[in-house]
Amino acid sequence: MSAGLTFTYGVVRILNLAHGNLYALGAYMGAWLVLGWGSSAWPALSYLLLLLAAVFIGVTAGPVIERLFLRRVYGKEEEIQILLTFSILLILEDVIKLAWGVSPLFADKPYTYMGVVRLGGVDYAGYPFLLTGIATVTGLLLWLVVTRTRFGKVLISVITDREVSSALGVNVPRIYTLAFTLGAVLAALGGAFTAPMFSLVPGIGAEVIVVSFAVVAIGGLGSIGGAALGALLVGLARATAVHLFPELDLFAIYLIMALVLLFRPQGLFGQVEARRI
Amino acid sequence: MVLETIGLTKFFGMVRAAEDLSLTFQEGELVGIVGPNGSGKTTLLNVITGYVKPDRGRIRYQGKDITGLSPRAVADLGIARSFQMPQLYLSLTVLENLVLALAIRAGRARGFWAPLVRADRLDEARRVLEQFDLEEHATHEAGQLPEGARKLLDVALSFARRPRILLMDEPTSGVSARDKSKVMDTLVPVLKGTGVTTIFVEHDMEVVQRYAERVLAFDEGKVVAAGSPDAVLADPAVRRALLGQP
Amino acid sequence: MALVLALAGLAVFLVVPPFLPEWITFLLTLAWAKALAVLGIVLLLRGGLLTFGHALYYAVGAYTAGFAVKFLGVHDGLVALVLAVATGAGASALLGLLLARYRGVHFGLLNLAFSMVLYAILLKFYAVTGGTDGLRLPTPLLAGVKPDAQHLRLTIYYVTVVLAALLLYVAHRFTTSPLGYTLRAVRDNEVRVEYMGASVSQAIYCSYIVAGVMASVGGVLAGFSVGHIVPEVSFWTQSGEFVFVALLGGTGSVLAPVAGSIVFEFVRNYAFKYSPYTWQMTLGIVLLIIIFFLPGGLWSLTGIARRWGLTTRRWSR
Ligand SMILES: Nc1ncnc2c1ncn2[C@@H]1O[C@H](COP(=O)(O)OP(=O)(O)OP(=O)(O)O)[C@@H](O)[C@H]1O
Ligand SMILES: [Mg+2]
Repeated sequence: MSAGLTFTYGVVRILNLAHGNLYALGAYMGAWLVLGWGSSAWPALSYLLLLLAAVFIGVTAGPVIERLFLRRVYGKEEEIQILLTFSILLILEDVIKLAWGVSPLFADKPYTYMGVVRLGGVDYAGYPFLLTGIATVTGLLLWLVVTRTRFGKVLISVITDREVSSALGVNVPRIYTLAFTLGAVLAALGGAFTAPMFSLVPGIGAEVIVVSFAVVAIGGLGSIGGAALGALLVGLARATAVHLFPELDLFAIYLIMALVLLFRPQGLFGQVEARRI
Repeated sequence: MVLETIGLTKFFGMVRAAEDLSLTFQEGELVGIVGPNGSGKTTLLNVITGYVKPDRGRIRYQGKDITGLSPRAVADLGIARSFQMPQLYLSLTVLENLVLALAIRAGRARGFWAPLVRADRLDEARRVLEQFDLEEHATHEAGQLPEGARKLLDVALSFARRPRILLMDEPTSGVSARDKSKVMDTLVPVLKGTGVTTIFVEHDMEVVQRYAERVLAFDEGKVVAAGSPDAVLADPAVRRALLGQP
Repeated sequence: MALVLALAGLAVFLVVPPFLPEWITFLLTLAWAKALAVLGIVLLLRGGLLTFGHALYYAVGAYTAGFAVKFLGVHDGLVALVLAVATGAGASALLGLLLARYRGVHFGLLNLAFSMVLYAILLKFYAVTGGTDGLRLPTPLLAGVKPDAQHLRLTIYYVTVVLAALLLYVAHRFTTSPLGYTLRAVRDNEVRVEYMGASVSQAIYCSYIVAGVMASVGGVLAGFSVGHIVPEVSFWTQSGEFVFVALLGGTGSVLAPVAGSIVFEFVRNYAFKYSPYTWQMTLGIVLLIIIFFLPGGLWSLTGIARRWGLTTRRWSR
């Protein structure tokens, strides 16, 4: 999730506030598919459906948002860009309400299929392990794509120097669309696979964007490794807080963020950019 | 000696932008800096004004060590600079750009009640515009100006601070050939009249030859020749470096 | 000239309401109160800073009044107001220390994060804040005098309009002062500002405090006019609404937020009734239209009208 956010930011240089909505869309779509077509006879199908939901949302919403809207504001003032993604956020919030209503949606089948895992005499739900596995694999894949493939190389050249790469014949607008779509798929993936753990209510998109921004801000905007570390820190802090002071789990996140930013305003792995004059 | 650099060194990765630069500047002199692209001219101005921190070396101004001060602190001490690419407030009018500079010079940057635009400030701003031949643009937004006028306004803003030292980064680039000497003809007498120490980076050899009292020729972060304009520009090494890659 | 017109406009707002139905007066009161929070956003926008958490200070103001009534036994609205100015200034001065370093999306979302922290606090510390039930704000005294029950709405309206008008004047002075211009200069070119010897972070910090106080006062006024405050005043949707109204009105004048706010309250009053599910979508679409077609907001229409020769005034910019 946060990887998707920082990833698109890294390439397109616009932080997409509607990213949380893509997450929410993925979650709703996934839950809906599982409720409709999942069958207990064949558990694996429901995981496939979750994946399908994420890819579907990503490849439909991603290009539309990028081509139709973001493309018009590249190079404009940052406020305008943020406002644009904010309007998309508002619109998508209601799209979700219109499509799936306001009553909670709960598809926990994929969660219960995983059963429990016995570790040192204590029972743990199996699903979170699966989730961690999926996140790790996705992260690794992303890293491989960025470092080992031609697409990754082109991507990096676009990030470092847009003008030069376009002069070298790279189709920059196409790369933007692709990167944004990839980011959207990542967001929807995060949503689809966490959906079985919660009952879905409208407004999760906005909640998620704040938390994932915290994650990204801790790691440093635009750094994928940073996002991973940020996610780890936030996850730990949240888990600890849930045990010690259940009231305060949100604060734990913001506390870490405030502390990190106080001492390292650009985040743990962020770079300060000075303008050449 | 009003300004002195001692062993200034700055690398950007492998790029040598300044290496062991020890330079001195005398009160009131007018020094031209020449050198091929990427030879470190702008970097020298950036380091003196605190925009870029040197890897090594010190900067002394009127006997005080000013190494490591921020651009604002350096500006407060009376060193102003103009930029190779004009740095203006593009959404403010030319007059507003200047009036704001005057208010800040007077230490009123934090005033939040009395209006910025005052008769006395307007008068002084108009006088500066006259000196720079920008009156016709007075009420235009800076973003709407033609390139040459932007360049002039950029210099005018720094000049309006009435600095002790004025650093100018290619003041006549972007200004039409016809106007180049006009710009310098207006600037130089004023600068000489007020005793400002001026250091200007310039690509146009004619301008350097006509106006500079002393010339420093840069290449790869080092001074390769220094002295009177005629002597430096006649130096074969300088000619090779400058004319070899214009 | 502009001053005369502004005063004439104010006079209309003072003379007409006694002849209007009560619900309209109520909506106008809310619109004026919220316009102050919007004004805060507009001031920051002039410096290129977009905050998605300005409801934070709106909530600080509202809950300051709430706590003053609940814990301090303060019943005078004016005392609550003074307290809210203090807490608004204190909160923004504190958070501003951290936030003044940030720009762009960092600034916007860090503000959002802080406002959501306050929201969570208001929600969870039931004993102090009343949780989701919120706090009741009984009819305040005004400088020790109990307002006449019959004209209660109208009294609150007048207090709100007069205070808001005063703050609009303060904002006007601010925007035309050296600091106000420095803020605009910051938006245009921070490097130049520092090289001219002015401090970018100081300009942002001061403006942030001014904007915080404005919103805080707005919160008190809105709180007293509704008579009841809930944690939602700090929720992100509230901040988003303020941002929306700021864009709707435009940033060209300190009067624009009032215009935007009044239009907004009335439109919402109707639209929300008919289709609560598409309300945010409507906001989003209108925002897109403003971004692409009317970047100056409603206020820029006055400029277009002028170009068409409908009016000869020159609005101050
Ligand atoms: N902030 C920076 N980061 C990385 N490299 C830099 C930076 N600033 C300057 N350089 C490099 O340092 C070298 C010297 O640059 P500088 O701008 O000082 O040259 P210059 O003499 O002013 O050239 P020009 O005539 O083109 O203005 C160049 O190779 C440039 O690419
Ligand atoms: Mg240069």
